[in-house]
Amino acid sequence: MADKRKYVIPGDIVTSGPFRPEQNVILEGNNIISTVVGISEIYEDSVKVIPLTGKYLPKIDDLVIGKVVSHTSLSWELDINSCYIGFLPAMDVFGRDFSTHSDELSSKLKTGDLVAARIANFDRTRDPLITISDRDLGKIDDGVLVKISTSKVPRLIGKKGSMIQMIENGTNAAVTIGQNGWVVVACESAEGLAKAKKAIEMVNEKAHIANLTDLIQDMLNEKDES
Amino acid sequence: MGGRDATMVLLDENGIRCDGRKIDEPRKIVIKAGGLKNADGSAYIEFGDNKILVGVFGPRDVHPKHMSNTDTGILRVRYHMEPFSVDERKRPAPSRREIEISKVIKEALEPAVMLEKFPRTAVDVFIEVLQADGGTRCAALTAASVALADAGIPMRDMVAAIASGKVADTIVLDVNNEEDQAGQADMPIGYMPSLKKITLLQLDGVLTPEEYKKCVDVGVKGCEVVYELQKKALHDKYFGNRGD
Repeated sequence: MADKRKYVIPGDIVTSGPFRPEQNVILEGNNIISTVVGISEIYEDSVKVIPLTGKYLPKIDDLVIGKVVSHTSLSWELDINSCYIGFLPAMDVFGRDFSTHSDELSSKLKTGDLVAARIANFDRTRDPLITISDRDLGKIDDGVLVKISTSKVPRLIGKKGSMIQMIENGTNAAVTIGQNGWVVVACESAEGLAKAKKAIEMVNEKAHIANLTDLIQDMLNEKDES
Repeated sequence: MGGRDATMVLLDENGIRCDGRKIDEPRKIVIKAGGLKNADGSAYIEFGDNKILVGVFGPRDVHPKHMSNTDTGILRVRYHMEPFSVDERKRPAPSRREIEISKVIKEALEPAVMLEKFPRTAVDVFIEVLQADGGTRCAALTAASVALADAGIPMRDMVAAIASGKVADTIVLDVNNEEDQAGQADMPIGYMPSLKKITLLQLDGVLTPEEYKKCVDVGVKGCEVVYELQKKALHDKYFGNRGD
């Protein structure tokens, strides 16, 4: 892990010396300067800053939750809570023998549908290409959408998924977390759903608290008794 | 009104200015990051009697589409004064002056923001001057930097800004409305303190080369003071209850 964590804002000198600048830092002369508000982490030979604000920027292989906003005869367009529109080609859903004559796109996904998807390809010249042809991906049939800040997603997942596992076990809910800050909660019981939703919103609001795990655990337990 | 008061003493024999400040003393500055829920980033500044609110949206889709740039994101700035911001009602339509200040602030922010990371998008900065008392462009630029940082737009450094000037044959820091009207020169400076680079420099008035150099030096020192307050505003919002 990082040996030195620091709260930084744009323009702050994180460190100086022979380090490799990674995410959200720039090298200026001999100094490494942060470009965002966040927490800096210095590794053996590299430096990076974890941002605390900002929009979601698509990254290849990220799991995201998307909402269908429109479709053409060849593809769907998905809102993925980013500055770019997700592009889901019809061939990805209908397979190679997709034909614009026989297949109607709205029979599979309609405007307003939620989709669990993966970013298949993204570079700065084109909008992100999205795929749903994988296990656990595809249209989401039931559940509630909870929107949290993109920067709090790692906190909601926790170390090796500890936080989200705790919430799932405590409420019997199935939680799908998109890296874009959109989370879908599905649960058989209305009570569990409300509790899981509350827990997620709590993580979003109190992400900076050190003993958040205990707090969430208490919250999950306390309702069980009542 | 308007500061053209013949009896007003701009600088007395003890080096005290018309509002009681020393020659190198800025007005009271309060900056608050955040505050607007619907904007992606926001900031509020009180710079003496100036009160300015800034909201930032983006990066987001560019409309109209032809304005977008495939190589980089674009920055759009609107500086607007409320009708009630000055003592005689200002017509709310954008004036020549407001269009110019929008452009000046945009160009002062551009060296700081790293929009090349978001091609084909736009970042919109909306500046609303609620109350004006001289030096609004500097205060607006200062607040816009904080709002951009609050929105999570990557920046090489924040831009701090303050005006220096020449009043009663003396170089002073942070020219207020009266001094601007009756003084001899007014020089707004935008400065990136960590990178030691000037992004905005205007001059209205006549200065000798020596005075010019001194004016820039005084302004840059003032910007460093403003910069600390910008940092404090962001620290208070993001790390306020975390110690550090």
